[in-house]
Amino acid sequence: MTRYHRRKMINAFNLTASIAVTLFGLVMLGWILSILFIKGFAHINWAVFTEMTPPPGESGGLLNAIVGTLLLTVVAVLLGTPIGIMAGTYLAEFGGKSRFASTVRFINDILLSAPSIVVGVFVYTLFVSPVGHFSGWAGGVALAILVVPVVVRTTEDMLKLVPSQLREAAAALGAPRWKVTVHVVYKAALSGMITGLLLATARIMGETAPLLFTALSNNFWSTDMSQPMANMPVVIYQYALSPYSDWQNLAWAAALLITISVLAMNIFARYGLKGHKQKP
Amino acid sequence: MTQESSIDQDSTGLEASALSASGNTDDLLEKTNYIRAVADPKIVLRDLSFYYGKFKALHDISMGIPDRKVTAFIGPSGCGKSTLLRVFNRMYDLYPGQRAEGDLILDGENVLGSGIDVNMLRARVGMVFQKPTPFPMSIYDNVAFGVRLYEKLKKSELDERVEWALQRAALWDEVKDKLKQTGGALSGGQQQRLCIARGIAVKPEVLLLDEPTSALDPISTSKIEELIYELKDDFAIAIVTHNMQQAARVSDYTAFMYLGDLMEYDHTDNIFTNPDRKETEDYITGRFG
Repeated sequence: MTRYHRRKMINAFNLTASIAVTLFGLVMLGWILSILFIKGFAHINWAVFTEMTPPPGESGGLLNAIVGTLLLTVVAVLLGTPIGIMAGTYLAEFGGKSRFASTVRFINDILLSAPSIVVGVFVYTLFVSPVGHFSGWAGGVALAILVVPVVVRTTEDMLKLVPSQLREAAAALGAPRWKVTVHVVYKAALSGMITGLLLATARIMGETAPLLFTALSNNFWSTDMSQPMANMPVVIYQYALSPYSDWQNLAWAAALLITISVLAMNIFARYGLKGHKQKP
Repeated sequence: MTQESSIDQDSTGLEASALSASGNTDDLLEKTNYIRAVADPKIVLRDLSFYYGKFKALHDISMGIPDRKVTAFIGPSGCGKSTLLRVFNRMYDLYPGQRAEGDLILDGENVLGSGIDVNMLRARVGMVFQKPTPFPMSIYDNVAFGVRLYEKLKKSELDERVEWALQRAALWDEVKDKLKQTGGALSGGQQQRLCIARGIAVKPEVLLLDEPTSALDPISTSKIEELIYELKDDFAIAIVTHNMQQAARVSDYTAFMYLGDLMEYDHTDNIFTNPDRKETEDYITGRFG
């Protein structure tokens, strides 16, 4: 057997193996999604969007959980984004290779992969235990802590993609450093930064562990952030584990809704914003 | 000696300080000549050296840059011509580890001193880069960007200024109907003229052009060269170029640099027809570089 044939065979083997493994992954994903869509859509009805979470055996919906998740997400994004963008800007534009910046970058990477339950317990000891009860604010803070590292990372990465010539060109007109950053560099990196924000939002919408220790849940209509707050992930967690079939059905519906929103946000982040990108 | 012809006898009074700064008499004479080569210079460089960290990229350069004329900097890659240009507006300040020594005197004031407001300096000394760098905003905002930094103009005045700058950069007719469109949608040559318009909109005194046509096609290049010819009525222009013909076409004075040294500096005609140094002649005739 010539070396050429050998090489062709190795190539064919590796290619086949890669395709097979990829297909395996895709099939799994398709399986999960198809079951979710079949079971979920079967239980989506008008009541899901108009009624509160019911006691077992009664009819009800997810309205309080949907609103709760939206509120928690908005609070988390509002809290986490400014911190994330500022830190990311510091790392990309000002920190450079300094020791402090490297340390921040390293810690941010740890935070990025920190188990979310740890964040939940941390916020519990900080905001729940001293107050004596679970609250929407605590949930928002816990989710914000998860938003920050994602935004820091994407902001830094996106700003670093902006060519340094653009900064020089702005500086050459006599623009002070901060104006260069805000008026030119941010504009050039805007779509990338929004993508990061959407990905961060998508991530926290499905987080359960941090909310179990903070916002917990609420079976009634409540928009009071200082009280326990209903939310989709915890409702899914509780209802899916319950023995009541109507609760399980609501859990399917909730799972479908949250998956669709996360999916939509990811797809929009990847493709919806492409048109806004500047030609380099 | 051809240099004699270019030396203006109207002394600027600067040679005395150049004399005191240096040792070797031949060197000395040369430096004095290069400062005095220009009558009434806009910018005077005196023993200007530049360092990238420990590496000395420019060696004690002394010369005068004339006002309302075009000065070309030529030389092989890595000779320090772009580095020199970036000292004029202290672009190097953006990067730690880069520093300049010596004097760079703009209108009698040493701008390398610590008390200088670098942003104000850059508003006076504009720069256009090798690669067109339109900002990610509309054509109008691109031109207005620098103006808004230092002047509070009424909307109508700003409109006028933008039109004036675009007219001056020979771009107005091509973009007057699409001022709200993004600058990135223009062609390369148009983008570069947009950058020139942006640079002159702030009404600087000096315009630095760092290989402004090296990324452009011949037609765009000739447009920019015509533009340079027009603009020298208003500004002192310093241009770095790899294109010998371009230097010969657009410039009044030419400086030949090699390995961080200013080898020869004279009227462009003299440099191209009767250079003093062997190295200059070899470079111009394409024997090296």
